[in-house]
Amino acid sequence: MNAETVYGLVAIVGLALITLLARAFFMLPERELPMPDWLRRGLKYAPLAALTAVIAPEVVMVQGALIGSLQDARLPAVVCACAYYFWQRGILGTIVVGMAVYLPLHIGWGW
Amino acid sequence: MSLQRALAQLRHPAFREGAADLIGPALGVGAWGLVTGVAMVKSGMSVWLALLMSLAVYAGSAQLSVIPLLAVGAPLWVVWLTATCVNLRFVIFSSLWRGYFQSQPLQQRLAIGYFSGDVIFVAFMKRFPRVEPGPDQSPYFWGAASLNWLAWQIPSVAGILLANEIPLSWGLGFAGVLALLGVLLSLLVDRATWVATAVAASAAVAAYALPLKLNILVAIAAAIAAGLAMESAQRHARQQALRRRAAREDGT
Repeated sequence: MNAETVYGLVAIVGLALITLLARAFFMLPERELPMPDWLRRGLKYAPLAALTAVIAPEVVMVQGALIGSLQDARLPAVVCACAYYFWQRGILGTIVVGMAVYLPLHIGWGW
Repeated sequence: MSLQRALAQLRHPAFREGAADLIGPALGVGAWGLVTGVAMVKSGMSVWLALLMSLAVYAGSAQLSVIPLLAVGAPLWVVWLTATCVNLRFVIFSSLWRGYFQSQPLQQRLAIGYFSGDVIFVAFMKRFPRVEPGPDQSPYFWGAASLNWLAWQIPSVAGILLANEIPLSWGLGFAGVLALLGVLLSLLVDRATWVATAVAASAAVAAYALPLKLNILVAIAAAIAAGLAMESAQRHARQQALRRRAAREDGT
């Protein structure tokens, strides 16, 4: 086995452990974990904040800077996807409508 | 899990319910898996290592962040620190999983943790809004987790094997963003959640220059503060309205 393969293998084993430990972190201890009430209430905003934090830069930024042009396929795609969601409330349709707007503009027109 | 228990979970109606709730987002999860598979091989990783990474690591955002680091042979601690930071949101989620599954044996809790991705977490919270243990939770979780695993791994493996046929420039990964967008919109139920999301979006973009995707943590902290502030403002407004009404009724 060459050094590059060993490096990759060790890295992957470590990464798999990190996935496991991060996702199970607060389920690991057996004893009671006291948590202040305000934090317990506040944590319900964590999932939507995490999703927003992943999505927002993917939609309005390019190479680490805010996009400077409205001729970007992502913007009309997101607007149409949101409109579809609030009309029909279906996630599958939201993806299909968004991609139906995005792909032609992106591949066809180079937006 | 014994085979018998696993089969009982499979037959439970909540298992199918969990799987059904993940069908919509699965299209986006799959597109993202495909792109991640292609990206691994295009970065120069061997097909075998890429397959192992997809199957063992099973974390899209962390994989995408470390692929360029592995390609240049970065020190292992840099690779692992990056993945840890990208995964910190799951540490926060695990504090909520604890409220549902803490009574299960450690082995079960580890399995639940390992297979719990973002989309599963959100679907589960919507189905069981009260953070307390319940009988349908385990089969619902495994239904959702099974579908999500297949929806990620099949396209990811396909992407690894067909890497040279699928150009990344098409932007297929955008379907993953749209899937998360749909899941996010389903969480916006009142003024507090809308404000918290707006604050999170601004914070995530403003703090984007931070290393190791720490802007996600900044956005979470900002959204929690904004959500709690909105709740307390709404409570205050309600009390004021009650007090005004009481004063009016005293006056007549």
